[in-house]
Amino acid sequence: MLKRTPFFEKHLANKGKIVEFAGYEMPVQFQGIIAEHTRVRTTVGVFDVSHMGRVEIHGNDRYSFVNRVTTNDVKALAPFQAQYSVFCYPNGGVVDDLVVYNLPDYLLLVVNGANNEKDTNWLLENKSGDVKIENKTMEIAQLAIQGPKAEIVLQKITDINLSEIKFYWATKAKVANVNMLISRTGYTGEDGFEIYFDTKYALSVWDAIFSAGKEFEITPIGLGARDTLRLEMKYCLYGNDIDKTTNPLEAGLGFVTKLDKPNGFIGSEVLKQIKATGISRKLIGFETMDKAIPRPHYEIYKDSQKIGFVTSGTSSPSLKKGIGLAYVKTEFSNVGSEFQIDIRGKKSKAIVVKMPFYKQGTRK
Amino acid sequence: MSLIPKELKYTKTHEWVKVEGDAAIIGITDFAQEQLSDIVYVDLGSISKKVNQGDAFGTIEAVKAVSDLYAPVSGELLSINEDLKATPDLVNKEPYGKGWMVKIKIADMAQLKNLLDAKGYEDLVGKSTH
Repeated sequence: MLKRTPFFEKHLANKGKIVEFAGYEMPVQFQGIIAEHTRVRTTVGVFDVSHMGRVEIHGNDRYSFVNRVTTNDVKALAPFQAQYSVFCYPNGGVVDDLVVYNLPDYLLLVVNGANNEKDTNWLLENKSGDVKIENKTMEIAQLAIQGPKAEIVLQKITDINLSEIKFYWATKAKVANVNMLISRTGYTGEDGFEIYFDTKYALSVWDAIFSAGKEFEITPIGLGARDTLRLEMKYCLYGNDIDKTTNPLEAGLGFVTKLDKPNGFIGSEVLKQIKATGISRKLIGFETMDKAIPRPHYEIYKDSQKIGFVTSGTSSPSLKKGIGLAYVKTEFSNVGSEFQIDIRGKKSKAIVVKMPFYKQGTRK
Repeated sequence: MSLIPKELKYTKTHEWVKVEGDAAIIGITDFAQEQLSDIVYVDLGSISKKVNQGDAFGTIEAVKAVSDLYAPVSGELLSINEDLKATPDLVNKEPYGKGWMVKIKIADMAQLKNLLDAKGYEDLVGKSTH
């Protein structure tokens, strides 16, 4: 039995193509992936991201606990500040990636929908001290409003000054007359916000946002464009670019891996060793010089030597060429390095390029 | 609701055939292009000079998926639609018109009987005819 978010009837009304994702019936597209992708890059679009997991960590020991189970340093967060982070296994492999919000009285962890149950069990297994773990996924609706016009649109339906919210900061405010948590975060590379509120207001909030955004041709955005947008920014997708067989250092997530946290974290010992020895492969971004699209698992060769494999790939709507992410042996990972991708039996030329692929994003 | 022109023949794998004398013009149906959505690449580079009915003669890439193209009839390759190199989205916009893919000289007209007519294809995809 697949779940539905509070916005399901809106997706049907907007003729969304519904597919199964993370145990939910979700829209993969509405008018088309390229049209939706372009809409977000030019004005504004709305993503139903209610399928993501929302877990609250309460208790006096919550900071020590979350610092033990994540790679980033939550103690560095000011009130209402957020950070991207990773859960690691003891061997350094990735359990999930997530965003952590430091809210008054609790930490909010926003995790991948597909990993909701796994992450919650993992948190419970590793719980220690005065900590209470509450999975609030089904009680909270979550939307992402993304694009250069996102702020102007939302400003129409809230009294707080949105320009004062900095990137990766949040606040509690009334939007469309509903109490919400609103953060300047997103997965697209454009400016934008994510809003969290009681599911009972889902439809009225949706209508208010779409009314406010009408002059900017606001449209709903499906999972297909969500993927092309994030890929153009080299944002990792769990299951493709990171999973239990990859560590955050080789995935390029060293910037959220604080190996010098005083009490360490699950996986930090192994990661310190890996850092000392040097990583043998790296997640890089490449462009293909032929028209064929690189896709996950396609093998990568340098002449006849296999040097890696594709983790994510697509045809970039903004760059109009094939792009992808891949793990390749470190010696072939520099910008400018060329290799061949086996695309269904044919060797296609590719080149490592400087990230992000899309360089005109409006994210602050 | 997808278009299924009455005068064409169809395959179970969603190709259409327009018979012009002893030649067959081939493409993919409106239903197929709708399913694939944004088509970004049509690869007809590996099509052989002589094609057999049922052979894969190319691939069509959409942002989310790749699909094989299957020859509805056997015959000699006459021409390939070169416009699809620069504008593969012609397949989305005019699947029965400017989005045609290959033209084949039909080796055996009797093979056309193996194909579905518009009604048969309509039953297959459950949509109305044009």
